[in-house]
Parts: sequence; C-alpha cells; structure tokens
Amino acid sequence: MNDHSINHPGLAHHFSTPQQQKESAKLGLWIFLVTEVLLFGGLFVAYGVFRAWNPEMFYNAHRSLNVFLGALNTVILISSSVTMALAIRSIQLDDQPKTVRFLIATIILAAAFLVVKYFEYNHKIHLGQLPGKFYTFRGIEGTNPHLFFTIYFAMTGLHALHIIGGMSVLIWLTLKTSRGRFSAEYYTPVELAGLYWHFVDLVWIYLFPLLYLIG
Amino acid sequence: METAIKNNYLNSPRGILSWLTTLDHKRIGILYLASVMFSFLLGGIFALLIRIKLLVPGEFLMSAEAYNRVFTLHGAIMIFLFIIPSIPATLGNFALPMMIGARDVAFPRLNLASWYIYVAGAVFAVYSMVQGGADTGWTFYTPYSTMTTSSVISMTLGAFILGFSSIFTGLNFIVTIHKLRAPGLTWFKLPLFVWALYATAIIQILATPVLGITLLLLILERAFSIGVFNPAMGGDPVLYQHFFWFYSHPAVYIMILPAMGIVSELVSVFSHKKIFGYKAIAFSSFGIAFISFLVWGHHMFTSGQSDLASMIFSFLTFLVAIPSGIKVFNWLATLYKGSISFETPMLYGLSFLFLFTVGGLTGMFLGALATDVHLHDTYFIVAHFHYVMFGGTVMAFFGGLHYWWPKIWGKIYNKTWALVAWLFTFVGFNITFFTQFILGSRGMPRRYYSYPAKYEGLHEISTIGSIVLGVGMLIMAIYLIASLFRGRSAPANPWNALTLEWQTDSPPPTANFAATPVVTGGFYDYDKVSPNPKGDS
Amino acid sequence: MQTAHPKTDNHIAPLKIYLGTGAALLFLTAVTVALSQISLGGWNVAVALGIATLKASLVALFFMHLLYDKKIYLTVFLISVVFLGVFLILTMFDTMERGTMYEILAEPINPEAVIYQNQPPDSAAPIGQGGH
Repeated sequence: MNDHSINHPGLAHHFSTPQQQKESAKLGLWIFLVTEVLLFGGLFVAYGVFRAWNPEMFYNAHRSLNVFLGALNTVILISSSVTMALAIRSIQLDDQPKTVRFLIATIILAAAFLVVKYFEYNHKIHLGQLPGKFYTFRGIEGTNPHLFFTIYFAMTGLHALHIIGGMSVLIWLTLKTSRGRFSAEYYTPVELAGLYWHFVDLVWIYLFPLLYLIG
Repeated sequence: METAIKNNYLNSPRGILSWLTTLDHKRIGILYLASVMFSFLLGGIFALLIRIKLLVPGEFLMSAEAYNRVFTLHGAIMIFLFIIPSIPATLGNFALPMMIGARDVAFPRLNLASWYIYVAGAVFAVYSMVQGGADTGWTFYTPYSTMTTSSVISMTLGAFILGFSSIFTGLNFIVTIHKLRAPGLTWFKLPLFVWALYATAIIQILATPVLGITLLLLILERAFSIGVFNPAMGGDPVLYQHFFWFYSHPAVYIMILPAMGIVSELVSVFSHKKIFGYKAIAFSSFGIAFISFLVWGHHMFTSGQSDLASMIFSFLTFLVAIPSGIKVFNWLATLYKGSISFETPMLYGLSFLFLFTVGGLTGMFLGALATDVHLHDTYFIVAHFHYVMFGGTVMAFFGGLHYWWPKIWGKIYNKTWALVAWLFTFVGFNITFFTQFILGSRGMPRRYYSYPAKYEGLHEISTIGSIVLGVGMLIMAIYLIASLFRGRSAPANPWNALTLEWQTDSPPPTANFAATPVVTGGFYDYDKVSPNPKGDS
Repeated sequence: MQTAHPKTDNHIAPLKIYLGTGAALLFLTAVTVALSQISLGGWNVAVALGIATLKASLVALFFMHLLYDKKIYLTVFLISVVFLGVFLILTMFDTMERGTMYEILAEPINPEAVIYQNQPPDSAAPIGQGGH
C-alpha cells in the first residue's frame, strides 16, 4: 500500500504523495526563513537602540558610506532575484539549459555584489573605520562613532556570509541541473534555493536605507 | 508465556553502525535519551558538589573561583544539554509520529543531523569543562563575561551549536504535525501532547535564533572588543540582557510546555476519564507560547531597566498565569470523579500538579516589582525555578518515561522499586528546595560561595534533601536499566490508553504500524470504553 | 499529473510578472535614494522604511510566490515579523525611557567610576542617554 517507489522514484517512504513531500519541504524552508528573520532581527534591534541613542553620530558616520555603491549593490541583488525567479520558471517549463543559464547569471551577480562589498570594506580598513577597539579614524563628529561601524560590519558581514552560503548552494544546483537531475516533475531544491535567495535580497532591501540613506 | 521475539525497531537492523546512521525517529529518540541522561548525570554531579560545599559557610571542598565554575557548569549543562532537549527530543521524537499515525517525522535526515549537532555542542561544553569552565553563571552577563579569563567562548560556542539542534527539532515537528497526520485525524482530535509539542516548536523556532545572535555578539565582544555591551565604548550591558532573555524566557516555556502535554495524557489515562476542557488546554498551550515572548524584562527589574518597561513587563508577566491556571484547573476537573490508579506515571503526574503549582505561585511574588527587588538574585529565585523546572518538567519527564517505557523497550520495570524511588525523589526534592524559599526570603543571595552563620542550619537541611533526592535518582536508574535485562515483557497496551501508539506492538515495528491507521474515535473517549482492570497482564 | 487545487504550489507565473516586479523594484530604489537627499526631518526614516517595506512586499508576494501559494506560508512569515516587532518595541521601551520617570535614576551612581574614565571628552551625557 505504501510502496510508491515504482511510480515515484524520489518519494520518501514516509510520504504518501509527491505533492505532500514537496509541500512539506516548502513549509520547512519557510520555517527556516523565520529563524533567519529573528537572527538578523537581533542586529536590527541593536541598530535601533544605538541609532536612537546617537542620531547625530549615526548621520555623520553614515556619510562615509558610498551611496552609489550601495545603490549599485541594491540593483545587482534585485537583478539576481529576477534571474533566480526566471531560473525557477524555466525549470517549471522543463527547460533545463535556460535554467542553467539563469542560475549562472544569478551566481555572477552574487559575485559582483561581493566584489563591490570587498571594495567598500577595503576602503574602510584603509581609513581605520572599523568596529570597536580597531577604530582609528578621525573626522566623524559625535560620541563613539565606532558603534556605527560595529553595526555596519556586523549586519553587512552576516548578510555577506549568507550570500556566500547561497552561492555555494546555487553552484551545486547548477551542476545538478546540467546533469539532468531536475525537471518540471521535480525541482523542489531549485524552488527552495530561490526562496532563500529572495530572502537574502529582502534583508538587503532593509539594510540599504538603514545604513546608506540615513536622512 | 514467551512468544518468539518479533522483528521490531530495536533488534532490526543490528549493529552500532545501524544505530549511528539510523533515520528511524524511534532510534533517534533513544540516542537522545542516552545523551540527555548522561548530561543529567553530569549536571547532577555538579549540583551535589554545590550542595556539599554549602554545608560549610566558609572555605570548604573547593575555592571560591572553582565554586563559580561549578554552579555555572551545573546551570549551563542542565539547561542547554538536559532540560531543553529532554522531552521533545526523547519522548517527542519517539511518540509524536506514532500518535498522529505517521511512519516518521517529516525530515528524518534532519532529525539525525539534529542529534549529531547536539553531540557536537556537548563536546564543546565538555571541552570547556576540561579547560576549567566558565565562571560567569549560565547567563553569561556582561561586562564580566567579556573580561573574565575563564573559558567563556568555548562554552558559548557549545550553546550556539546546541541552538541549531533545538531549531531543527522544532522545525521538524511543526511540518510533521501539519503534513503527516493520518486520515481522519483533524486538528481537534490531536492528543494534547501533540498540541504541546507544536506550541513548544513555535517557541524553538522564534526564540532560539535570537540566542544565536546574542552569543555571536558576545563572542565578538570578548574576542575583538567591538563595544556593543561595553559602557566605556558607548555600548550597554543591559542590552545584552535584553538579547539574552528574549530567548531565555521563552526557553523556560520550551521546558514546561511539553511537560504539561505529558501531564494531560497521564491525568486522562490514569483517571480513565475524558480530559476536561480539551480545547481550553489546547489553546492555552498557544496562549502560553505567545505571552512567553512578552515578559522577558521581568528578569531585569533590578538591572537598570527603565521604570516604564519594568511596569509593562510586570503587568504582562501576570497575564501568563492565566493560561497556566486554566490547565491546572482542567486537570483537576479531569481527576474529579475519575477512576484513579496510582501507577508510577501517575505518581509523577500528580507530583507535577502540586509542585508546578507551588513553583508557579511563587512566580507571582517575583512578577510583582516591589517584592522582586528584595527577592531577586536570592535563593527564593533558585527555589522558584527548581520547583517549576524540576518539580514541573523533570517530574513530568519521569512520568512520561515511565509511561512510555513499556512501549519503547517492550519491558516493564519493578513497580515497588519505582514507588520507593518516587518517594525518595518527591521527599528529597521538597526538603532541598522548599528550604531555599525560606533561605531566600531571609536574604541569602544566590551564587554566593560563603554566607553568614545564621543560614547554616537551613543550608544543611537543603543539602540533606539533595542527598535523598540523589538516592532516589540512583534507585530509578538501577531499576530502569535492570528492566531492560530482567524485566517482564510488556503487552501492547499496559495502561489501556487510547492514543495510537498503544495500538501497535511493544516495542513497535520499524514502520510503526502494519497499515496506516484511520482515525474515527476520540483519544480521550474513556466514557465509551468499558472500564478495564488496572495494570498490566 | 497535477490535481486541481484552487491554490497550488505549482503555479507558473507569466514572464511579465517577474520582469514587472523587477522594474518596480528598481524604480522604487531610485525613488528612495532621491528622497533621502531631501531633508524631511523625522519623516526620512519613516519614508525610507515605508518604501523598503513596499519593495519587500513585492519580493515576498511575487518572487517568493506568497500571492499565489497557500496562506500558511504567508502566515508563518508574518508571525516572525510580528515577534521581531515585539522584540524591538519592548526593548526600546527600556532604552528610550531610562530615567524619564525618576530623573535621579539616569544619573551615574558614582561619576568617578572607572567605566566613565575612557569617555571621549565631548560626551557630556551619562551612558544610555546618548544624543539626547
């Protein structure tokens, strides 16, 4: 009664139908995203507390960020979300080659994001605009300007780590797709990776104005 | 009469490797049981060391610095390695899929990974111990935790890793309950233990990540002086406390909710009576889970928190008593005019009712701002949380362990020795901790190495109690382990319970059920079942 | 192959939905950068966060398919946001209101204490009162 392995080779023994298995996976991923909301959320709370205590310092400190580069990164990440969504759409339409191309595009855009971040970080290291006890820059008015950079590096650093993690998954997916592992019949891992990727974009959508566009 | 031993989940497949690579939720539950009981033993040894030291007001047994490490390790091991995983990862893993008529949890590989992550976290904790342990208290408060030379980072890294184990268990349970229920098993037919595990899982998902970021920031502060918790750098040590307690208060409900779920089952089965107020109990689990996120500041009344926040948190704290009270009254109403049998699980269930109520009521003194100022950081607090955590969760855990023991192993334990162990446990527990309410209200601070002579008598009584309690634990360990080798075989349903796990063999086959059960009747419909003689065959 | 659910997880959105959402997001990015250059006083934060939330909603509803999928995923996600809000708001009830009810509690107990010795010369306010 429960032996579906003939009809559905990918169906695990404890599920009754592929649809049930897929919906379970998707629910599982959304719950994982909930944990990510709360993880990043802690840093947003720290941001809120320190910005409310030091509004002028935050304004002065944020001016050392390059709005153009931040906006560029925003555009890059939004574009990567588009390519990711199109990758999923392609596999839904059973077009493996297109899926691979869109996945590669997403990976390239993600890499571009990290390159921009590298230049930004490098500049700050060069100037001594660093967290906590490593802060040596002079020229930002206000008390404890290192606090801004602690928050900046913590938030963008955690976010960058998530981008790197996401890229690894996307590379793995690209390889699997090119070997015919996924099809319109079964593409759950691609869809789940897409949800994760859009979430990473979502976090940046908040980081950008909060760090780069302080009024 | 011994029939040939059928293939069950314990004996097939065979071999250690088959256990270490298992995807069977029942085996994973057992792996957790072994690990969690080992942690309980470790934490218990530290507890006895504390109590023995406190027999003497001055220097005795260990230095003051060592004492700080001992109570920190006791707390951290008991909380992170024992009590948080205890019921969900052991009894929950074992019973949940069967109770909903499923073949396994939604993500069996994640379940196994969850156990390995637990083991990794435990390794870090033991490593930290070997390095001398942390001396900050299990709460790792800044600024001391960022300045002390003790091994804070390895301990907090261990806790960080253990958090993932907890999150994965919660994630698995939520999806399992949503997606893998047997045909006919609607939400309001679910056993209350399942409702409890669901509410617990929600807390695990929402709260544990905040612990993650807290510990991460603490490690960065300690290693790189980033300054977020350091007032000399414009940071705020109280911010650490907000972060810490946002997780750690809901964490105590991770500890108690599954216990309450077990009590709901025990009270119904062993009164042979339908549970009173099923929906109220089910919803109250969610009520507790929700309100638990709103009250964390009651740990910080004396920390320099704003008065406005303290007042808000105090008010919200009183709210959480309401759903808890609803449960207690529904359980009492279930007992009323029930056909009560005092089997071992029921002894622990009844103990829970009394001891949790004491613990919960003493929480009211602590929720009130004016009294908390005097009682905070005294032994009153220590007694309060031991009443709810031990008198509550651990008692319910023992109750559940004794309830499901015949199902898990297919063996029954010696009930006379079980009664003896329970007596030692109950009496020993109360002597140990009731004394501490008195100690605390008379001003004895917690975490203090030495104390004025006037407290010596009460400390001696408390220590005697702890030894009695330890003896009870020892007796329990002996007869339980003995039952595995020399116990009589248990029937499929020794307690005449109605939930699905009792409709399959003891121990169950690997696939849980021969055929997917179809649920028609209710799991608490004892009024529709003819009264059965008590006990097993 | 696919059972007819009113809401199914297998919905394939038309191409223009994705491209349109992408375009809207890029447009809103330009808007938020432009508005940040204008001084709106206290409203800058609210406007920036409002636009960010609008962008986030577009990503969630269209890219993440929440508009087309079963309600459970949206519920789960919104719950997490609500609890994050609780964390933020109740914490700020502490950090923003220290010393507001009884001013004496805002003063350091001992201004000569070591923790105040490393303060930069231009910080006049006690800890926690920052830029007030």
